[in-house]
Amino acid sequence: MSARTVQRLMMGFYFVLFFGFLFGPLVVMAVTAVNTSQYPQVLPFEGFTLDWFTVLLDDRNLVEGIRNSVLIGIFVVLLSVPLGLAGAMVMTQVYARARSLYYLVVVSPVLTPGVIIGISTVIFWRDVADRIGSESVYNGLFLATLGQSTFISAYCMLIFLSRLQRFDQSQREAALDLGATHTQVFFHILLPFLKPAIFSAAVIAFLSSFENYNTTTFAILADKTLTTVLAGRVRQGTTPAISALAVLIIVITLAGAVLYEVLRRIEQRREESRARAAAVAERAEITGEMTPAAA
Amino acid sequence: MTDLRGLLILAIPVAVILAFWLLARWERRHSRDSQAPSFVGTNGWPVAVFLVAAVGFWALVMVVLPQLYMVDFSFHPKLPPSQRGGPRDVYTLENYQYFLFGSTRSTANWNVTHITAFWLTIVVSMGITVLNFLICYPLAYFMAQVGSGSQVRKLMLLLIIPYWVNELLRAFAFNILFGTSGVLNVILVKAGVIGSPIDFIGQDVALYSGLTYAYLLVMMFPLYNALESLDHNQIEAARDLGAPWWHIHLNVVMPYAKPGIASGCTLVFMLCAGALAAPLVLGGPKTLWFTPIVYDRFYQAFNWNQGSAYAIVLLLTCILFVMMVMRVFRVSLSEMTR
Repeated sequence: MSARTVQRLMMGFYFVLFFGFLFGPLVVMAVTAVNTSQYPQVLPFEGFTLDWFTVLLDDRNLVEGIRNSVLIGIFVVLLSVPLGLAGAMVMTQVYARARSLYYLVVVSPVLTPGVIIGISTVIFWRDVADRIGSESVYNGLFLATLGQSTFISAYCMLIFLSRLQRFDQSQREAALDLGATHTQVFFHILLPFLKPAIFSAAVIAFLSSFENYNTTTFAILADKTLTTVLAGRVRQGTTPAISALAVLIIVITLAGAVLYEVLRRIEQRREESRARAAAVAERAEITGEMTPAAA
Repeated sequence: MTDLRGLLILAIPVAVILAFWLLARWERRHSRDSQAPSFVGTNGWPVAVFLVAAVGFWALVMVVLPQLYMVDFSFHPKLPPSQRGGPRDVYTLENYQYFLFGSTRSTANWNVTHITAFWLTIVVSMGITVLNFLICYPLAYFMAQVGSGSQVRKLMLLLIIPYWVNELLRAFAFNILFGTSGVLNVILVKAGVIGSPIDFIGQDVALYSGLTYAYLLVMMFPLYNALESLDHNQIEAARDLGAPWWHIHLNVVMPYAKPGIASGCTLVFMLCAGALAAPLVLGGPKTLWFTPIVYDRFYQAFNWNQGSAYAIVLLLTCILFVMMVMRVFRVSLSEMTR
């Protein structure tokens, strides 16, 4: 065997191990969801059943948790995307001296453990509620939204920043020369340019919110979300119903993630073709200008 | 509570906005291009107001103030609501003292359980970080430098799919695998490898492999992004000059990928050390992990002040780790979070 074959064999072995490790546990869990056995197991496979899925529908806590998770997800998108956008725009404009401090402050939530963000959010708003003498801000859904948005806004900001770096400032100047106001530039030039980033940020924000547990478990107070209900169930004991729930959640999240990937690629391709068309048009214009001059 | 906090809420935002405004004025006066448009000038009034309000709310009300509050809170004793702000609401170190000595009065005995859990969490998290790097590096390198376009696209899809699977569900999957009557034990016993089931959960095998599994892809993506932009000619050049493969990786590829390695390591360490789901689901009765202890301070001991002190210990550890990584890899924060 040549050295090259050995290398290929080793690489192949590594690939099998890696993806076996990555997918193995999920496949096992999926199999236990359709096994009739009372305890989640693969072997012996006693028979195929979908009963574990129907058990889920009778669970009121679960339905309420899912409803809250979706609600919080929507609130988080509505809050994080504008905050992230503002954060990114300020980042590109703030003076050099202030930039590193500003960057430290707004990126720190990404590097802070989720439990700490949850804890500090609850402590802060409990005191605010005490002070203004109203319990309305000390509300699980409100606090979970705020707590999650603290770091999800930073994700959104990073997405916007990478898009803004490719913004061609001459577009803004052209619009201003043509008499547009700054506000019009923002709504008619910048926002359309940022559209793909807004879409990405919204999807990432929703998914991150939906699957978050660490921050939510503190911030949600007495309410429940899908993940907190799930955590309670998992700790109580293992039944195949949880496997079934897991399979359902994974299928739904994956459908979302795949749809997002597909849409993103379509948008990317459209943009590339638009750029190509623009380049062609530009070239035509240059040659068009050249011809009369030459004549 | 003392009115220091009320003052904080009002004073800090005002002071910060003032500081930034003064800094902006100062920079404008001292920059060569004094004709450069002002902040309001480049954005227009409505957008400028939106930007300042949004960033102010986020950075101050959501990020900075809650953290400061938590710090302040951790230096107060636990009191019923009626006594807050009363004469007994003084600054104290007793919450931190409890972490070290297991008592708010005596300092005779060390709080062995909590301190061991703390160190174990840090050491194991570091170990898992290194392990994740070793597992991910070959694939990241393959995708970034060796594989063809269509291969990489397929691999990426295979990686993105499990990325969004919830942390709790990953832990649950490992629970099924490693339980006493779990899949692995059943198979091993049936195959005659072992006589009786092994207590994987009690031995923390399940927890450590579950944590490794949970944050594998958090390491993968930054690593891949960093390696992807490396010019393949550099590797070819090193090879032509006769460098053995491990030299190429150690002296060419890894130094280039430093920001990606640093960011992957920081994220994995932070997520591991702050993991709550995996230890709750995969931890045995004797398992020591720091985050569940913090959780119990809140929801078993109902001592929020003490919980805050514990949370701050965890936060400081993470900050120290980030600083250490930045020092060792000589990268800045902005390079790392790119």
